[in-house]
Order: sequence, then C-alpha cells, then structure tokens
Amino acid sequence: MAKKKLVMIGNGMAGVRAIEEILKANPDMFDITIFGAEKYPNYNRIMLSPVLAGDTTIEDIILNDEQWYEDNGITLHMGKRIKEIQRGYKKVVAEDGTVAEYDNLIIATGSDPFIIPVPGHDKEGVMAFRDIEDCDKMFAAAKKYKKAAVIGGGLLGLEAAKGLLNLGMEATVIHDQATLMNMQLDSVAGEMLRADLEEQGMHFKVSTLTTEVTGDKRVSGLKFKDGSSLDCDLLVMAVGIRPNMALAKDCGIHCNRGIVVNDYMQTVTDPSVYSVGECAEHRGIAYGLVAPLFEQAKVLAYQITGQGLKAYQGSVVSTKLKVSGVDVFSAGDFMSTPGADVLELMDKVGGVYKKLVLEDDKIKGVVMFGDTADGPTFFQWMQDGKDVSEQRSSLLFSASGLGDSGHSGIDLVSEMSDETIVCGCNGVSKKDVVDAIVTQGLTTRKEITACTKAAGSCGGCAGLVDQLLASTLGTAFVESDHEPICGCTDLNHEQVKEQIKNKKMTMVREVMNVLDWKGEGCQVCRPAINYYIGMIWPEDSEDDRTSRIANEKMHANIQKDGTYSVIPRVYGGDTDADTLIRMGQVAKKYDIKTIKITGGQRIGLYGVKKDDLAAVWSDLDMPCGYAYGKALRTVKTCVGSEWCRFGTQDSTSLGIHLEKELDRIWFPAKVKLAVSGCPRNCAEATIKDFGIIGVDGGWEIQTGGNGGVHVVATEMLCLVETAQEVEEIAKAYLQHYRETGRHNERCAKWQKRLGLESIKALVVDDIESRKALVTRLNIYLAGQARDPWLERIADDAALPTKKVFNEYRTIEIKEIN
Amino acid sequence: MSSSTSPINDAVWHPVCKVDEIPQSGGRTVNAGDLSIALFRLTDDSVKAIENRCPHKNGPLVEGVISGGDVLCPLHNWRVNLDSGEVAAPESGCVKRFPVKVEDGQVFLNL
Repeated sequence: MAKKKLVMIGNGMAGVRAIEEILKANPDMFDITIFGAEKYPNYNRIMLSPVLAGDTTIEDIILNDEQWYEDNGITLHMGKRIKEIQRGYKKVVAEDGTVAEYDNLIIATGSDPFIIPVPGHDKEGVMAFRDIEDCDKMFAAAKKYKKAAVIGGGLLGLEAAKGLLNLGMEATVIHDQATLMNMQLDSVAGEMLRADLEEQGMHFKVSTLTTEVTGDKRVSGLKFKDGSSLDCDLLVMAVGIRPNMALAKDCGIHCNRGIVVNDYMQTVTDPSVYSVGECAEHRGIAYGLVAPLFEQAKVLAYQITGQGLKAYQGSVVSTKLKVSGVDVFSAGDFMSTPGADVLELMDKVGGVYKKLVLEDDKIKGVVMFGDTADGPTFFQWMQDGKDVSEQRSSLLFSASGLGDSGHSGIDLVSEMSDETIVCGCNGVSKKDVVDAIVTQGLTTRKEITACTKAAGSCGGCAGLVDQLLASTLGTAFVESDHEPICGCTDLNHEQVKEQIKNKKMTMVREVMNVLDWKGEGCQVCRPAINYYIGMIWPEDSEDDRTSRIANEKMHANIQKDGTYSVIPRVYGGDTDADTLIRMGQVAKKYDIKTIKITGGQRIGLYGVKKDDLAAVWSDLDMPCGYAYGKALRTVKTCVGSEWCRFGTQDSTSLGIHLEKELDRIWFPAKVKLAVSGCPRNCAEATIKDFGIIGVDGGWEIQTGGNGGVHVVATEMLCLVETAQEVEEIAKAYLQHYRETGRHNERCAKWQKRLGLESIKALVVDDIESRKALVTRLNIYLAGQARDPWLERIADDAALPTKKVFNEYRTIEIKEIN
Repeated sequence: MSSSTSPINDAVWHPVCKVDEIPQSGGRTVNAGDLSIALFRLTDDSVKAIENRCPHKNGPLVEGVISGGDVLCPLHNWRVNLDSGEVAAPESGCVKRFPVKVEDGQVFLNL
C-alpha cells in the first residue's frame, strides 16, 4: 500500500515532537515533509536565554540535527515560508513556489512575538526576542552599542535584559504594571525579584507606558506617557506572543485566539488538518509551556496513526522558573482578596518568601520566591483538593519534611543530590531519572520506567519519580485515573471488567481478541484478565495457567537460584507436634537446606527442586499456604484469652476459623489478616488489609492497612459484638474488594480510592447488600476454590493410567556427542 | 549484536517430545548434560529453544510468561526475544539459541 503523505508547516518543538511520536508509533505509515521558516533545524527554544547569557551555545540546543531528518526519511525545507494552504487541492505552496501535496496536514506554526504598534516601532534597532536570529542580532548589537531598553517585565523580558547585561550593555526594563512578572508573582515576590535584579545591575521603570520610539533611522530613545524619556540604542520588545494562525485563517479554518482544535488535535473545520503547539487553541486555551504541548503532540500522533481514541483533556499549569538565578514558583489563584485565608512566610535576609492562599482548608494558590522546593507538592495538593488543616501550622516551613518514605509522594526531591538513589530496586539515581526526562523528553512515569526501570519493580518510589517529573518539567502533570491496564490496550481495568461481564467472555484469549488487544498480552494484562474472568464467572470459567506468572503457575515461590520455597498453611499460626515432626522428616528426605519461621507465623521450606515439588507436597500432607500468590496469605494471631492474662477475646480460635473460611480464594492482590485478643494489639492488626482487635464485649474491625513499602495504618470500619458478625463482614468486605479492586491493587489503595464510607455503607450498614456479597463469595468458594497442591498430586497420580504427559517434568537428553 | 546459534549438524537432531507435550504458551525444561534448555510452544504452535538461563541473574526462563515472540524472565521480568535471543531495552544481553525442527508432531533439538 502506498504511504500517505503528511506535510507539516512549522519546524518547532511541539510539531517535531509530534512527528517523533508518529514515527515511534508507526515509522512506515507516512511520507513526511516539513516546512520551516527559520534556517535552523528543530532547537530548544526554552534554552534561548542561556544562549544569550553565554551559558550554552546554539549548537548545544539543537534538538534534531539535519542527519535526524535524513535518517527518518523526512523531506525538510528549511528557510521556506508557506504562503498558502489550498485545502481544496490538498496542497501547500511556499513563497518560493515549492508545492507539496498532503493527505494529512499539521499546522505547527507556533507563535509570533507581539510588537506594540507605537510610533517609531519600525525603526532600526527595534527587535523581538524569540528565535536564534534575534540572539544573533543582540550579540552583534552588544559589540557596537551600549544602552539597551527592554519593554516587558515578564519572564522573557527579564531574561533578555539579563542576557544584554551579561553582554556588557546597560539594561533598563520598562514594564506597564507595578509588579514584575505580574502574571506569575504577587506584589511582594515581584518586589523581591526587582531588588535582586537591581543588585545585579538591572534598571527598572515600572507602571510606565511607552508612547513613542524616537530617533532618525535607528532608535535613539523612548518617550513615556508621564512625559519622561530614556536614551537607548537597542530596544527589545518582549510583551507577549500571539498564536500564528494567518495561514489557517486564510484557508477558512476556524480560528479564535488560536487555531481551534478538538480533543484529538484536529482542526474543527477540517479533520484532515491538525494543529499542535502554541498556535493551537484547545478548549479556549493556547498554551505556551512545553509540557502541555508535548502532551498534545502525543495525542495527535495517537490519533493520526489510527491507534484509537485518546483525548487531550487540557493541562493545569504551574510555573517554576529560574529567573536570572532566582527561583520562583507559582500556581493557581494566588492573588488574595481582602479577608482571604492566607499563610505567609517572609525571610528578608534569607531572600525567601512563601504565600499560600487557602479556601475551606484547601490550597487555592501558591507563590514562592527563593525556596521553591515544596512547589510541586503544594501544586499536587492543590489539584487533589487535599485538606491541609492538619499541617496548617507547619505548612510553610516544609511540606516536604512531613515524610520521606515516598508515602503520598511527598519528598524533598529538589534538594536531593544527583547521586541519591531514587529507585532502590533497580539502582536508579536522581540524575539517571532527570537525564532521561530531559534528553528523551519524557512526560509520564510510564515512559521513565520503560527508559530507566525506576519505579518498575516494587513501585515504592513512584511518588518520588512523579515529583522528579514535576520538578524537572517545571509544570505539573497528573497520573490519570484512567490509565490503560498496560501498553497492550487502551482500556482501563474497569472497562475490561465491564466487557467481560457484558459479553460473557470466559477465556483470556477471547477477551484479547474481542477487545482488540495489541499482540498476545504481557505479564501485566494477562494475569489481570485471568483474575477478572475467574471473579466474574466463577462457575463458567477455567483458570488459564499460561496467564499466570511463574509463582502462581507452580504454586510455589521461585527463589533467586531457580529453586522453590514451599510454605504450607499453619492456620492462625497454631500447630502441633505431629505436624512439626512431619515437616522435619520431609526436609531431611528432600535435602531441604533452609527451614525458616516466616513473618506470617508459619514455616517455610526453602530450596526445593522443581521436580520434587509435588512429592514434597504429598509427603507434607498439609494444605497449600498460597504464600506465592494474590490470595489470602496469613491470619496472624496472638494467643488471646486462652492463655494471656490481658486477653479479652479468643483471638486464636477466630483467626484459625477465618483463615479456613477465606482459604483458596484469588484476590486482586495479596491479603493479610490479623486478630489481636486485646487493644495491646500484639498481632499488629492495624497494618493489615483486614484487622480485628478484641475489646471488652466485642470486636473492633480495622481495614485498609499495609506494612511493607508504604506503611498505612488501618481505618476503623466498625465495632461488632460477635465472632459471627466479624466473619460475615470480613467476607463481605473482601468480596467487595474482589469485585471492585484493580488487579495488583492492595486493599489500602483500594480503600483510599473508594473511600471508607462508601465501603462501610455496602458491607456494614446495608444488611441486604452485605448478605448478597457473602453469597457471591460462597458461590466462588463452592466453584473454583480448590487446593492447588492436592489437584497437582491427584493429576500426577492419574498420569500413568491416563497416559498423559507430565508437563512439569524435565526432559533429559542422555546421549550427547 | 546477535547471539550465537549452534551450527546445524544433521547428525545430532535429538528427539525430545511431542509438540502436544508442551503446553500452549508454555514451556518445558530439557536437560542435556550440564546444559539446561527452555523449550517453548507459542500460540501458533511453533517451537523455540533457548538456553534456560537469563543473562541477568540466571533466572529459569522456562517458567516465564510468554508475550508474543518474547519470554519474560520470572525473576525480574527481563524480556528475551525467542528468535534473536536478545534482551529488550533498557536491559541488554543475549542468550544462546538452539535449532528446532518439528516432524509429524515430534520435536527435535539440534545440539
């Protein structure tokens, strides 16, 4: 099939990023032609200020050199300005007459600097600060002229003034507002910035409107509205940008402030024409920051290569900047009105200022100057609508100081040294992550994981990685709640469950076929589908062994040397002499090296060879302990009232009973229970998925706790009187978790996602729904729940008569030449 | 970079098992002297053989989940391609591959 023709007008960061994403998704789909008005390949426009300041060179900020275009078979027309789009003929015409036809067109013309049309604005020596050419002009001017004026006290204007100062010129910034960077800073921070810059040698004229540019041929001065004037021989206008949409407008594409696009980055007028970057207007906003533009580029690539629907939802942006060596951060609505709830911290000597605007105990806006380490954290909390009343008294001193275990993703990432290990599992340092973000242009945690492995194993550092992403990109991003299960599909967990239910699908392969899976699935999605099928259709489906990871396939834990551990049930941690003797004999017979009391009050045999597994299970004659799976692990108990002088309830008996009742069930993730006989809580019930604590006259039920990587204490679900109620509520709670939990999502996270109150309503308060949940769990128990060790032993015993091969057995080739 | 494949020697085709004796999308271990080989049957019933040892920490690849033409090591999820023997980025490395032929449902391994 012939390739489709894709033409892009514009050769800037957002557009080329979109091309990169398209090539990544499908390198052979398009013949690509790019027209760029500038005579440079794609470069990093954000780095123009450092170029001007002499910190880096133009060569260093080129993102894609000409070789890249060649390597990817892209026809690049540099320095050719398009003069017309002929939508009827589906072609574009350049000023020099070059014509290119297209099937799809991307308009990525970016924006133009805005030049204030005051008299004299067209004199020699008046310029904007927008591209490499402007930098060159400033370099040249600095050699001949001494006095520079910059109109515009925003970020770009200040950076330009700072650059000119560095080049040895005098620089005066003229700003029409009283506060510098008034879009990002309040008056206090603006004043501090001004004082800092004045110290560096910059001059200011604020609240000043320019009325005329004076001079003969070349600019020689400025006149202001208040009658004053200023001498200058170079004038830089940095008062803002305007989406460059003339081409689109001329060919009848609907434009407002920018080229209006839908959620898939298609122009609303012509679906074959796309627009991305600063020229595009999405839901009324034309973005000027990089992170949202890269997000748009992704969505565009996704749509144009026909991978399905992925909508751009718009971005909430914050600003984290280094203005001439000074850190500033702002987000949200930080201009406090009188009477607003404002927290302020001012350290004049240290040059630190922080202001938080609160409303109903939630952060509404934030401005920070000097110390911006907590900016991303505050921004996250602002987006989450987090109640900060508890932290109120210490909030401004350091939100990051609240914890560093990665819990809730709060950390001092910005103050970490480069060598600090972020991901302990894979040995990934802060520098590795930041470098990957910068050099590969990553915008999501998933990409970082794919690239560096950080957060790819236990996930404990996911919060840290998110923070690094936020602080590196200088704008926040939110991990969407509707992330697909994995790269094999666009559907999320809930959508897949819904489809399995509605279409009554009972086989993993069937689900992948029907739901248009890419490829044959992976170790993330296949086990998830297999679990969902078993949970939704307990009576009509069979477990798919090939969709289980090694541990769950072998019903034993694979160890680092390829041997296995065998951990049988010791219900409630309660055993007897005969069992212990038998375990010892088995360990001797099979030469098992390590016998270990596990953390869950049972006994593990480590170093069992694969071919011995079934024999070991058979000789042990004990139930499978599920120590390897997403299932009930242990019910930890204390000795309780039977022996303990403090015991108020018989915790051991209840623990044994619960472990027997809940045995042999697959869950979204592992489940741990504990029963303590009194509030001294020796069984540590408050860090378990489902914890029970005996109190005088009843049982307290605590849920949603977690030990391990993220320590989470349980929340109190309810107080009941009898052990029978405990059992019923445990079953209802866990069945609710089975039905609504996402595969690999522990109870703690699930409870946080659903909210304790909503869970309580269904499993405690509404007796009908509680009973219905218990009934559904019992149906599952009657159907699918079987002891896997016994099954395997029975299968092996039947082999000789059934003449079936034993797939677990190793094949030996004896005669080797 | 490509991993080594043993040169095919017609004299040393060893019969190992029937295709049906390997679970679909699953694997069997074949031992030959000190060598452990992972034999896989893919969804299209093709059979592949690679050394049963992940280049990372020697994980038994035969127990891994099969995903397309790759197997994921059960220890740390390294992704090994069954045709090239190469490990997918960001990791690197490769495992030895062995020629396999199937005649009338009988699998032969060339060692």
